This record gives sequence, structure tokens and C-alpha cells, in this order.
Amino acid sequence: MTALFTPAFLSALIGGAIAAAVPLLFAGLGEQMSEKTGVLNIGIEGMMLLGAYTGFLVAYDTNSLMLGFAAGGLAGLALGAVMALACVRLGLNQIVIGIALTLCVEGLTALLFDRQFAALYPSLPTPDTVALPWLSRIPVLGPSLFTQHWLADLGALLCLLFSLLYRHSFLGLNLAAAGDKPAALDAAGVDVLATRTVAVLVCGLLAGIGGAYLSEVGSGVFVPFMTNGAGFIGIVLAMLARGRPLGVFLGALLFGACLSMTTALQVAGINLPTDLINMLPFAMVMLVLVVFGRRASLPAALGHAYQRGLR
Amino acid sequence: MPRETPHPDSLTAGVVASTGAWPRSLAKIGRGTAMTLGPLALALIPCGIVLLATGVNPLAYYALVVRQGLLNPIGVQETVTQTAPLMLLGASLILSFRAGLWNLGVDGQFLLGALAAAAAAPWLVGVMPDGPALILAMLIAMLAAAAWSLLPAWLRAHGGINEIITTLMMNFLGLSLVNLLIKLVFIDPATTLPVTRTLAVADRLPHLFGSTIDIGIILALVLLAAVHLGLTRTAWGLRVRLLGANPRAARHAGLPVPAMILGAFLLSAALAGLAGAIMVLGTLGNVRADWDPGYGFTVIPLVFLARLNGWAVIGFVFAFAMLSIGAQSAAIRLGVPQYFTFLLVGLLLLFLALVDALGQRASRQGA
Repeated sequence: MTALFTPAFLSALIGGAIAAAVPLLFAGLGEQMSEKTGVLNIGIEGMMLLGAYTGFLVAYDTNSLMLGFAAGGLAGLALGAVMALACVRLGLNQIVIGIALTLCVEGLTALLFDRQFAALYPSLPTPDTVALPWLSRIPVLGPSLFTQHWLADLGALLCLLFSLLYRHSFLGLNLAAAGDKPAALDAAGVDVLATRTVAVLVCGLLAGIGGAYLSEVGSGVFVPFMTNGAGFIGIVLAMLARGRPLGVFLGALLFGACLSMTTALQVAGINLPTDLINMLPFAMVMLVLVVFGRRASLPAALGHAYQRGLR
Repeated sequence: MPRETPHPDSLTAGVVASTGAWPRSLAKIGRGTAMTLGPLALALIPCGIVLLATGVNPLAYYALVVRQGLLNPIGVQETVTQTAPLMLLGASLILSFRAGLWNLGVDGQFLLGALAAAAAAPWLVGVMPDGPALILAMLIAMLAAAAWSLLPAWLRAHGGINEIITTLMMNFLGLSLVNLLIKLVFIDPATTLPVTRTLAVADRLPHLFGSTIDIGIILALVLLAAVHLGLTRTAWGLRVRLLGANPRAARHAGLPVPAMILGAFLLSAALAGLAGAIMVLGTLGNVRADWDPGYGFTVIPLVFLARLNGWAVIGFVFAFAMLSIGAQSAAIRLGVPQYFTFLLVGLLLLFLALVDALGQRASRQGA
């Protein structure tokens, strides 16, 4: 047992946990905003995948990770615009459109991968990390916890920002009202469709950046279907968090810790079947649900298109 | 949303469609055809442009898909065979959605059913005649899938815990559990690959009239019809739909709501498990690790577009089966990855939903 708690093990575990948590954090924060306004964005999986592809492509061609993140975010945003047009403006079934968009991206990126990368299998160099001043010098925890890619720090910052937004601003109130009682928001003179559109666009942007992180920082390569359910985990995180960004943050860390357990346990010389370890994060969520009987309090109008004057 | 069913219109769609006078229903069929072919044309164009940009002649690709999936005698038999599990998944989803339950875990239940059948069948055919052995294997698969959904069903029925979260989690868990069981318990001792023992071709589901189509399609048709008619024509169906439309009203009407949720959930899962069993007992013969076709994910939007109408689901899943079978051949011959059809299916879903909504809006304004 003592071997488990060496600095090397802890370092690998914590570092890996945060690295694995970043895309989930971005996806979860985006999905949370979208769900808050009443749009269940199942297309988030596709938005992440498109972000991963576009981000990788641009970063590889321009040698700039920064441009890659921007491109990935924009790609997610573009797909978010389609989702907003179809589900918010036209009021189409959110589940049908979400799955349709995800399938489109899966098919498209599988073909493009086959044509562009399958023969060469290019990869990106390991990105730089940012050591936060002072904090990174804390023994054991410091180097792993506070020496991460800057997007990890941005994600934490966004979390704080969204908390303030939801709790202390009119915009936050509008977002919540659009999901809980859209007719009341409409009566108060705020455009429900515009509010929802903004939320879906933000969700697309964040999902795209999270996807770009997966391919640019996480693995350094793009492969078809590489998001592998990360978007769905984002949906679950958003639902479990009951509208609080901090909940998404903690959930993403928990998932990340479980995901990084595989490598960390190998560092410690313990060999469990990977399939068993893969079950860990999901089993953990089920356990939490069974033990605490946690009800997700979802917005009343989640999944319903808003049409003025229709009861 | 999870507490309610889709639009109430969908609840009566089946009844209305079948009570109309003949000329009206003919007009309806005509309109339905136009509303299906229009989106198809819309979806083919952007897909064709993508193909053209990557150096493939789109017309040759489409022709090959249709020929291999529909016109070629071997291909069409494969397509029909493939339709069977999809129809069962459709039946499973219709049942749960009508009951207001978002069972998004059909893919996990499908895998558990497939594994249970693959583990049981090779052993069962050794100790009893083929007929009873295959029936028993299917029942075991249904039980395994139902057992896999017990936790989300119970949490939903008694704890009110959102089943979208739990069933999605159970999907991830299911895939890993199936892999684990294949590698540790059910691995074929004769190979080093992580795959279950193979059911001999002679012991698989019998074929229809000398074709390669197994009797799974009959079973699927019967069960889908039973689910559809049961939901639209029986008192049980009315109770299930009431539960879906308004659980609070169902409770006030004196219905045993938690027990009904549990029952509908388990039955839905059992149908998904049977879909997996039919694939294994009819076509595949075994299950290998990491096999996850993800059919449920595609059937979910198809079931919505069919407005939870069992008959309409048949057409949608047949078209999907044709595309996937055709695309398998096209993948080999033209070097287009098989997953490319996902783009076509996705665009098709998008345009079908769009045309459907515009049509509804037009008819509302017309009325």
C-alpha cells in the first residue's frame, strides 16, 4: 500500500486527472448553460468531435495550437448555430437534431480522416505547460496541480465566471427563466429565442474548444470517434450539477481522476484489467446516485421548443 | 422533459392513420412518400459534394449502395436480416418513450443480451435439441438485458432519479462489463482472441424458404406489431400512454405508477436484449470484445420521426439497414469508409425533421 502514495504516483494521478478533466469541464459548462435555458443539446458529442478535428487540422497546418483552439471553438460554434436554428428558431425535436448532427460529424470526419491522415498518421508535439507562480512550487501537489496547459486554468476561471453570471446578473436570471418559465420571460419583455440561441452558441463554442483540447493537448493526434462519449459525460455532469458550475467542476475532476487511474495504477505497478478500470467513473456516478438518491432538478421546459402564445 | 412524452399528437397518430377512409389514407401515403423522398434528395446533394471533393464519383457511390443493399439478391437478404434487430430496438424504444421513460440505454441492454445469448447458446445446443435451446438462449438474453436495466428502472420508479443519466452511465458500464466477461469468463478456449465460443452455423436460427434470411425477422415483426397494437388498442396500452402523458394524472387515476414504470422499463430492455440475441443467434454466431454497433443511437431519432408509430418504424429501419449494408460493399469497392453513411443518415434525419415540422405548420395554418 505504501507504494501507492509515493510522490511519483500522486503526481501522475493528479496531473492526469486534470488533463482528462479539462475537455469534460468545457463540455459540461457549455451543456449546463444550454440546459439551463431549456435546450437539451445531445449534439454536443458532435460539436466536440468537430472541434477536435478542426482544431487538430489547423494546429497541424499552422503550427499554432492557439489558432487550433480558435478554429475548434469556431467549428463547434458553427454547429451550435445549426442546432440553434433548428431547435430554437424552428422548434424541431432536440433529440432528433442532436443525434443527427453527431452522426453527420462522425461520418464526415471519418471520411476526411481517411483521406488526409490515415496514411501518414501525423501527430503534434507535446504542448507547453504553464507553471502558475508560487503555487506550482508547493511540494508534491504543486508541480502537478498548478503546472498545466493554460486551458485548464481558463476552464477553472470560466467556472468562477459562470457562477457569478448565474447568481449575480440579470443575464443569468434570464437564462434560468428561459428554461424554467419561458412564457414569463417573454412577458417580461425578454426575447426567449435569443436567450436560448446565445446559450446554445456558447455551448457549441465551449464544446469545440474542449474537443480541440482532446486532439491537440490530450493525444496529439486525431482519430475518428475520438471523443468516445465525452459529450455524453458532459451531459451527465451538467444534469448532476443542478445548475451550479462548481458541481460541473467537481464532477469533471472526479471523472478525470478515475480516467487517469489507469495510467497511475500502472505507474504504481498494480495491474487490473483496463476494462475494469474503465468502469470506475461510471460506477462511481451510479454509486453516488444510489447512496444519495440524488434527484437532478432539471429546468421545467427542458426539451420543449418555445412558441409564443402556444400553451 | 424526462417526465413527459413527446407531443400529444404522436399519441393518436397510429389510431388516426388507420381509421381514415381509403382515399384519405391513399392521399396520406402519397404525401408521406413525398415527405420522405424530398429530404432524401436534399441529403444526397451535400453528401455528393463531399464525395466529389474527395475524388469519388457520387453517382457511382449511390448506385453501388442501392445495388448492393437493395437490388442485389444477396444484398437485399442481408438488408432484411439486418432489419430484424433494428425493428426490435424500435419496439423497445416505442414502448419506453410512450411510457414517458427515456431509456437511452438500449445499446448497453442490446450488448448484454447479445453476450448472454452468445454465452448460453453453444452450451445449450449441446444438451438439448436446437429449437428449445435457441428459444431458451433468447429468453436468457431477455432476462440478462432486463436485469441490466433493473437499477435505472428501480431508481426511476422509487427514487425519481432521472433515467437519462443512469441509462447513459449503464451504456458505458455495459460495454466494459461485456468486454470483461468475454476476456475473463466466456472466452473461447480454442483461440487467443477475445471472442466467445462460436455457435455452429448448423445450429443457428433456421432460414426462411431457402434464403439467407433467418426467422428473426418474423419474430421482430410479430413483436413490433404486438407492441404497437398493444399500445394503441388495449386498455394496458391506454394506461401506459396515460403514464407517459401525465404521471400525476396516472397516480390520481389509481394506477400503480412505480410498478408500471418498472414493468415498462424491464420490458423495453428485454426487447433490446432480444435484438442482440437475434443478431448473435442468426448472423454472427459469437461476440467479440469491443463490438458495439451502436444501433440504438440511430434508431432513437428514427423512432421519433416515425412519431412512435410501429408501422412507420419498419420503413425507417429498413431504409437504414439498406444504407448500412450497401455502404459495407461500397467501402470495399470504392474505398469510402463505411462510417461515411453516418453523414448521409444524419443529414437525412435533419431534413426529415425539417420537412416534417414545416408540413405540420402548413397543415395547422390550413385547418
